[in-house]
Amino acid sequence: MAKIIVDPVTRIEGHLKLEVEVENNVVVDAWTSGTLWRGMELIMQGRDPRDAEQIMQRICGVCPTGHATAGILALDDAFGIEPPPNGRIIRNLILGSNWVQSHILHFFHLAALDYVKGPELAPFKPRYEADYRLPADINEQAVAIYLEALTIRRKAHEMLAIWGGKMPHVQAIVPGGVSEVPDTSKIYRFLSLLEEMQAFIEQKYIPTVKAVAGVYSDWFSIGTGCMNMLAFGGFPQEEGMDHVKKKKHFPAGTYIRGQFAELDTAKITEEVTYSWYKDDTHGNTPDVSVVTPDAEKKGAYSWMKSPRYNGEAMEVGPLARQWIAKNPDVAALGKQAFSVMGRHFARAIETGEIAKAMKEWVLQLEPGQPVCTPHKLPTKEVVGVGLCEASRGALGHWHRISSDGRTMVYNAVVPTTWNSSPRTGEGASAVRGPMEQAIIGTAVADPANPVELVRIIRSMDPCYGCAIHVMTPDKKTISQFAIN
Amino acid sequence: MPTKLSRRDFLRVCAGTTAAISLSGFLAPFMKEAVAAGAPPVIWIQGASCTGCSISLLNTVHPDIQKVLTEVISLTYHPNISAAAGDLAIKEAIYGVAEANPGNFFLVVEGAVPTGANGHFCMVGEENGEPIVFEKLVKDIGGKAKAILNFGTCSSYGGIPATPPNPTECVPVSQVVKDVPCINVPGCPPHPDWMVGTIAHVLLYNDIPELDSYGRPKMFFNTIIHDNCQRRQYFENGIFAKTFGDPGCMLELGCKGPFAHCDATNRMWNNGTNWCVKCGAVCIGCTEPQFPGWPMYERMPEMPVGSATSVTADQVGMAVGGLAVLGIAGHLGGNILTGRIGPHKEKDEDVKVGEN
Repeated sequence: MAKIIVDPVTRIEGHLKLEVEVENNVVVDAWTSGTLWRGMELIMQGRDPRDAEQIMQRICGVCPTGHATAGILALDDAFGIEPPPNGRIIRNLILGSNWVQSHILHFFHLAALDYVKGPELAPFKPRYEADYRLPADINEQAVAIYLEALTIRRKAHEMLAIWGGKMPHVQAIVPGGVSEVPDTSKIYRFLSLLEEMQAFIEQKYIPTVKAVAGVYSDWFSIGTGCMNMLAFGGFPQEEGMDHVKKKKHFPAGTYIRGQFAELDTAKITEEVTYSWYKDDTHGNTPDVSVVTPDAEKKGAYSWMKSPRYNGEAMEVGPLARQWIAKNPDVAALGKQAFSVMGRHFARAIETGEIAKAMKEWVLQLEPGQPVCTPHKLPTKEVVGVGLCEASRGALGHWHRISSDGRTMVYNAVVPTTWNSSPRTGEGASAVRGPMEQAIIGTAVADPANPVELVRIIRSMDPCYGCAIHVMTPDKKTISQFAIN
Repeated sequence: MPTKLSRRDFLRVCAGTTAAISLSGFLAPFMKEAVAAGAPPVIWIQGASCTGCSISLLNTVHPDIQKVLTEVISLTYHPNISAAAGDLAIKEAIYGVAEANPGNFFLVVEGAVPTGANGHFCMVGEENGEPIVFEKLVKDIGGKAKAILNFGTCSSYGGIPATPPNPTECVPVSQVVKDVPCINVPGCPPHPDWMVGTIAHVLLYNDIPELDSYGRPKMFFNTIIHDNCQRRQYFENGIFAKTFGDPGCMLELGCKGPFAHCDATNRMWNNGTNWCVKCGAVCIGCTEPQFPGWPMYERMPEMPVGSATSVTADQVGMAVGGLAVLGIAGHLGGNILTGRIGPHKEKDEDVKVGEN
């Protein structure tokens, strides 16, 4: 049996190693390894809990807004406050702008070079030489759009910075709302950039995805994965204290073995069978999950934990979100949605959806009205939970604050940890992570150029900054964590 | 490597004293020429980072990043942009280029260097079945570089991952490679102009720019946020924001502008769209070596009064907790106080026109 190792996998955020076993050029087993760990949550312990807003968004420079959003929802929850409508809307615009930025960056700059032959110069060379099928004219067009997309994603950040102050690492998201105030000039500048985004999405992004999908239509049946979908829901549309239950633009929910169901966060557990952490927290829910790193652990192969929902591996991200939202374009794909091209397609469709929605939201802003509700640090021990949809999928932050207003425990369960988790269980009953499942069964034409494998990985838009930097490794310094 | 751009003009452009000319747009033709004349290649590697510095670089304006990548910098490897993966990336694009150009390439490092668990907290590749840890990569490649450009506070000073309790024992690059000059371009992340400007300097003059005592290029880091803040007049008038969204100086809500060095006040972020204090948030001091060693949303415990001449003693007392103390929080100590705070003017740089 031959082994293929791709290390590092590039054009993703962070550090990933992939190892597969192939028999007759078909993958029979796969191991995805997160290879960087920073211990971000431990850094938060003992700090002013409000620092989480700044510290935790630095988990990831590609989608800091997701962490800023989940982190601030957890703080609002802990402080018992919620933003006024202006604050809620501006937060939605900040997160939505980064979805646009992140999705465009992902398709064109991280994924497209697997299908589109780039110019003959560094850093587009060297590359895996395999299976570039696009006709010359479409390829040429795609390269031109690749370059144009660099400008467009930069402008998406400008759009975000109108409200967020700067990007990467947004400043204006604060407990109880935001710090930036709306006025007509900001609204108009945002709208004008947004219209430019919409034109690009409708005329360039979606058509390019469709063109690539047309030529690579076999990729609608490759990289199927676990076919279990999970969404926490994102972009609240109403006021009301419980942010988990609020009406959201994209709904929360699950899809398991062909059945849609409501989200029940109590079913989320984190396992560490094959992770470089000691076994004593195996199977805990994230609110009590506290791990000790063990770089020498036998059989372990990743710095990632394995989140499971009722024991199931779950895929998160644009496909999961739009499948659960029953987006008609995505639903029309049927089973073909669960594939490499299905994921790219869902991501592109969703980009158009969020741009359209932001156009309505920005006009709901009321200049002169408050953007922020004042807060007080808690005087008794509290736990805040923040759930949202980062561009890459369902994201949850759990934050326990002591009675003297210090962070006691921080836990983040992030999209790539769901998608790229190592297996749980043993032997025949092992449940592999969604990405491992998607890779197994794939034919690799040329093991020296395993372009098929990186195509599957990149279709899930993994972000290892998120996935591995966020565990709490030192048990003795942490108190027991329970949701009140 | 001769260039027609004098170092004096270069510094004026970088410092933003040449109105209405964007930094990278002005520099691009000169850099293109330098690259065409055989300027050293640039390799960019990432360790304990969040990729934010790379994403910030993508936000460079006039010319867009496409020009920077294809015409301005001979970037042979970047983990998020390169088409190569696996062995192609490690053997050809990183080690291959370093070995073919010993002492004649620049290494950009993004992210701190984890040294705990024999470096296994950050594995960046594999050789003969053994992981290559980031610490080794930095030593191997950094040791051969002409200079190391530390982009971001993590590689410059340790930054977020090195914050106590420093779970992975992260250190700045300068503690791993000691015999190669380092240029620190801190910021969480750094402004794209600071990165492009620093690369431009080393490529155009084959030499490192003038640095402050923390290794930061003076052309970007010799001003203090508080001195140039658009909200400064509020401070002078004793008007302090009590809630986010209020007009006023942000000091009460935790602003670290009085000791933070950078030019975001004038340069602003994202194509001049906004910046940290303008948007009503606080400066968190992300360009300072001790970042993030302070509570971000608590008022600085002590601060210099500086030139706050028009506030009454009562107002300042209310705002800054005591006029008597003319220092900053103890852990920042004297190195910041000694002449670094308050109005300070650099002498005009004594550089020769056309000097290389």
